[in-house]
Amino acid sequence: MRHAVAALLRKDLRLELRSPEAVPAMVLFSLSTFVLFHFALDEAEVSGNLAAGILWVTLLFAAVLGVNRLFVAEREEGGFDGFLLAPVDRTALFVAKATLLFAFLAFVEVFMVAAFAFLLLGPSPWAPLPGLVLVLALANAGIAVVGTLVAAIAVQTRARDLLVPLIALPLSVPLVIAGARATAPLLADGGAGALEGRWLMTLGLYDLVFGLLAYAIFDFLLED
Amino acid sequence: MFGRGLKTLSLLSVALLVGAFALVFFYAPNDADQGFIQKIFYLHVPLAIVALFGFVAGGIYGIKYLRTGDRMHDLRSYVAIHLSLIMAVGTLITGSIWSKGSWGHWWLWDEPTLVSFLIVFLLYACYQPLRFSIEDPERQARYAAVFAVIAGAFVPLNFMAVRMAESLAHPRVLTTTGGAMPGSMRLTFLVALAGMAALFVTLWKYELASKHATFRLRALKRKLAADDETWVPNPRRSAAPTL
Amino acid sequence: MPALPLDTAGKYVAGAYLVFLALILIYVAIMAGRLSRIEKDLGEVTELLERRAEKERETVPS
Repeated sequence: MRHAVAALLRKDLRLELRSPEAVPAMVLFSLSTFVLFHFALDEAEVSGNLAAGILWVTLLFAAVLGVNRLFVAEREEGGFDGFLLAPVDRTALFVAKATLLFAFLAFVEVFMVAAFAFLLLGPSPWAPLPGLVLVLALANAGIAVVGTLVAAIAVQTRARDLLVPLIALPLSVPLVIAGARATAPLLADGGAGALEGRWLMTLGLYDLVFGLLAYAIFDFLLED
Repeated sequence: MFGRGLKTLSLLSVALLVGAFALVFFYAPNDADQGFIQKIFYLHVPLAIVALFGFVAGGIYGIKYLRTGDRMHDLRSYVAIHLSLIMAVGTLITGSIWSKGSWGHWWLWDEPTLVSFLIVFLLYACYQPLRFSIEDPERQARYAAVFAVIAGAFVPLNFMAVRMAESLAHPRVLTTTGGAMPGSMRLTFLVALAGMAALFVTLWKYELASKHATFRLRALKRKLAADDETWVPNPRRSAAPTL
Repeated sequence: MPALPLDTAGKYVAGAYLVFLALILIYVAIMAGRLSRIEKDLGEVTELLERRAEKERETVPS
């Protein structure tokens, strides 16, 4: 199965590198969102809770953009049928797409955090960076898993663009809770505070539960 | 087939619920802090607990459908989720009324039950639109089952996360006498909970029986009208599963 | 938080319990609608059966 995952991943990465659509859109979207937040909140500098909130909401909405595109190519060009005919474990498609989404998110976050530090963040970003990277990595895994699942569900329906955010946003609430609460002390005004373990554990638990669930259940979305 | 035991169940629900309400107003003491308004607790919390279990049951029947392909499980899952959604709305409304009466605000971010039910409601509100947007009945049932399983796993996780989010800054607001419930209150609460659970199962069986009878009748009509051309298919498409 | 006096608190409690009652009764109303549709379907099935019985009586050589 590892070969199937690698092959699928290579194909999708190559597609994205050749004609980048999703990743630039996600980056530009987050930049625009930061500008909007500046005007909506009328703040030149944010820190602490406010900074964490802006960062996580922007990340989530950018992720929804990426999720919407995840299976579109398969759906429109018949990739699903081709995949089903191949003698591979069907869960390989899930692992490949989730890894792809994780990679997209990681890439976008590099630009996003840099832009955030540049535009809106008050305190220096260097001190909290390791903690931030850890929290983002854990949350990315959760978004990747849930996003892939929701994308697979929605791609076969008629109202797929509408359904993805409607279903994905409530499902992501625990991620945002844990992520924002973990990040807020990191971005505090008086210097980075401590990273609380229990939020990391919550993120880890979420990733574990939904990862296992997705692994068990993804097959049923591909039958035909 | 479904109507069996339905009468007994409904009588049991009546007995338990009426008994519970009688206990609420004639037996349970007034809360020391909140006074009379605390009585809403005996409605709000049982609704919440039964709705939660109903959502999880919807997920369990979803799993059963995926494993067996028996459409009856899909129907059971659909009805469980549908009823739990109604109870979730009831939870939100009663919680809001309680909040307004207790604190003067129609909403309370500090109350984890209320907040997590809002999120759960937003999620399950997508269930019927999802079903409605898939035309092929077998695929509809399968996708709905996957959704039910994911959402069912989500409900307890979400409740835990929301609880963690608020527990630091603000203690639980909508509780009774600061946590320690006297025995009379506990008894009343348990009877109310049992009554609400019995009501849920009664309504669940009731709706299952009604839907099942409708399907069999339609199938009969189709079979009989096969030779004539007088049969007109049901013009109104709905989100409910067909058998 | 001082407890509300009984008359104002009573209104809220009554409101909450009335909402519960309303939800149950709305459900009953919806189920009643379903039941009447079942009755209508039953009527059509009976009619179809009678029509079929008549046809058979006609085609059977007397």
